[in-house]
Amino acid sequence: MHGSMSGAGDGRGTRPTAHELARYEALFAARTRSMKSSAMREMMALTARADVISLAGGLPDTSTFAPELYAKLMSQVAAESTARALQYGPTEGMAAAVECIVEVMAAEQTRVDPGEVIVTTGGQQVIDLVCKALIDPGDVIVAEAPTYPGAVPTFGAYQAEVAQIEMDADGMPIDELERTLDSLQAAGRRPKFIYTIPNFQNPGGVTMSLPRRRRLVEVARERELLVLEDNPYGLLRYEGEPLPTLYSLDAQAAGRGGGADLVIYLGTFSKILSPGVRLGWAVAPRPVLEKLNLGKQGADLCTSPVTQLFVAAYFQERDVSGEAGWRGYVERLKDLYRRRRDVMLQALTEHFGDAARWTEPQGGLFIWATLDERIDTTDLLALARKSGVAFVPGRAAYMNGRSGSSSMRLNFAGVPDEEIREGVGRIGKVIREQLGLFGTLTGSSGQASGRLPAAEPAGEQSTPLADVVALPRPKQEGSARRRLDR
Amino acid sequence: MSARKVAVLKGGRSLERNVSLRSGAHAQEALERLGHDVVGLDVGPELVARLREERPDVAFIALHGRDGEDGTVQTLLEAIGVPYTGSGPAACMRCTDKVLAKYLMREGNIPTPEFHSVREAAIKELGAADALLDVEAALGFPLVVKPASQGSALGVKFARTGEELPRALVGAFSYDSKVLIERYVKGRDLAVSVLDGEGQPPPGGERGAPRADGTAPVALPVVEAVPREEDFYDYESRYEIGMTTFVCPAELEAETTARAQQLALQVYTLLGCHGVARVDLMLDRDSGELWVLETNVVPGMTETSLLPQAADAAGIGFDELIARVLASAWRRAPAPAAAPA
Repeated sequence: MHGSMSGAGDGRGTRPTAHELARYEALFAARTRSMKSSAMREMMALTARADVISLAGGLPDTSTFAPELYAKLMSQVAAESTARALQYGPTEGMAAAVECIVEVMAAEQTRVDPGEVIVTTGGQQVIDLVCKALIDPGDVIVAEAPTYPGAVPTFGAYQAEVAQIEMDADGMPIDELERTLDSLQAAGRRPKFIYTIPNFQNPGGVTMSLPRRRRLVEVARERELLVLEDNPYGLLRYEGEPLPTLYSLDAQAAGRGGGADLVIYLGTFSKILSPGVRLGWAVAPRPVLEKLNLGKQGADLCTSPVTQLFVAAYFQERDVSGEAGWRGYVERLKDLYRRRRDVMLQALTEHFGDAARWTEPQGGLFIWATLDERIDTTDLLALARKSGVAFVPGRAAYMNGRSGSSSMRLNFAGVPDEEIREGVGRIGKVIREQLGLFGTLTGSSGQASGRLPAAEPAGEQSTPLADVVALPRPKQEGSARRRLDR
Repeated sequence: MSARKVAVLKGGRSLERNVSLRSGAHAQEALERLGHDVVGLDVGPELVARLREERPDVAFIALHGRDGEDGTVQTLLEAIGVPYTGSGPAACMRCTDKVLAKYLMREGNIPTPEFHSVREAAIKELGAADALLDVEAALGFPLVVKPASQGSALGVKFARTGEELPRALVGAFSYDSKVLIERYVKGRDLAVSVLDGEGQPPPGGERGAPRADGTAPVALPVVEAVPREEDFYDYESRYEIGMTTFVCPAELEAETTARAQQLALQVYTLLGCHGVARVDLMLDRDSGELWVLETNVVPGMTETSLLPQAADAAGIGFDELIARVLASAWRRAPAPAAAPA
């Protein structure tokens, strides 16, 4: 391999030189340049240590799943469906898994045609496939600000430009969305899709109100724009009434008694069962579905039949009262996560106090906390790491890697109560240290400088949208980062 | 050199862990191609036990930042009698502490941008905040604030005005209790790697004064880091987000190249470096002067690192580079048992 890369007669035999190594760089696709890991991400990787309380992950608590049940179901799949489990499956997914999906969608008050479902390898694959089907380099995606940190590298890899719209307590303001769409239109640019997580948004923790949902669907229909509705946590609602999915609202508006016209729905078993099964799905209008299917053929042919059959077997389980076992498990998760959310909210009041504001999610896994705007949470993470606690710095939720610098995402679902209290306490301590230092440097009291107006999530609302637009720099050449790569 | 058992020390708990793992992996491959018996050690609580178990003839240090570059590991290796590559504890301490290095350079008449330093404790307990205005007045804006011992871009902050300074200081204090406040020099970003060796300097290299054993430090061709966007105020992005390309040899006038190499050799000698080091400089856009910023005693060894690029430009392949760095361990090793066979 090295030999074939090296020029003949250079007197250095088959040993690769730095120059030759740099030649690999010349072979990489342009898109890899927008796939760079930032220093912040590198630092986050360093927090994955046993002695660190991580409030950073997007983790559900899989230790709550009964080991005996897991063993029983896997044996059942192994014994009863050996050949099928070990064989390739259809790209669109196995009928048995699609039935489970239709059942989950029904629990979300959303009726779907099994023929409009594609089973995917986790919900993440839906984001990837939708980009693959829709995005040419330089195309625009409209997303919330902050947005799902895991979508940021996907959008980057497809060289999309992302316009991010600051949310408030009711999710994405649709008037802001329309203004952005207008200005994009004025610049001759038409976004390909609007990416939203309407329920208990990751990382913002807020939920899009019903009027906004209705209006979003109207806007999409008026302007013929696709919407990617990412709904991993819809069933993990701890209080309040469930709101209709965008998919169901669009289907209703279409008025044919069938599926949606413009909403692509993304679902997953990751948060209601297990992220380890890597099972997600999309429900999409058929022309879109066909492209997703073609994309998936190229990506991985099919989703693992082993896990599809496992989930299908699990959905056959009934509890003593004859109820679907999976519903009971979701109820138990809700009780657990509701309590952990409350533990975290209480810990935040106790340890962050006046020094921050934060969202109070009605469900999901995350709280978004915003500190004094002078504090950079990427730097704070360096301090927090020394104290043995980790979170996701807000910048991870912005395509430009700069906004959101005084915010952080905290996961309350994946760690026990005591660790939540301890972790939040440790972060509170480093925040107070930083504020104290500010106070000393600027001659004001640390507490006073940390005091912020209550209410409303997410910072930088005053930032004009135009500044949030524009992002990766797809046309760059070369690559190396100096200090980071030394 | 005959085959040896080499322990490549990499990883560790520094913020530059990931870069170190890549540097270590590359060095390991080269050492294997050179015919050595190589074992990679991710540095942690088991380090001493593992070294006793593996009994290497030599440790190849591919650690960046804390522990590996600040003399901690070097001191430890001396205590347990394992020869190692690169600079000794004292040079590591001098170079890793940017503030100390700057004072030493100032004393040694090496041009380095005007600076002050401040400790967190001095701000908290000695009222140092009140002295900041004097510092601002003395240095002028813009200022660069750097954690004294952080090797990567993390924590390097830029302050255009007095109002921005507290934020820059608090950010930098997240990484170190001592920070450097330095006058910002606008200009071209240069790096000169220095490598100990024997015989004639390679093409484009500049040889320093020979030592008693016949070896001499050689300054390799100058590398220039060219930011892709001319935003001098966006200090962090300049180093972070793939916004930089490298030119080697840098397109400079012959005298400037020679001067940069001479300065690098002077600093290398002044700070007592051994084996290899990389000296970072700025070519002042206004005055045309060269300023030395800092010295790295364990330069990166990844595909895109500056030292391998500079060596390559001088006709020194990666394996040869690694062989030379490895040889630096023997030259210092005093015990006869550790001398090459």
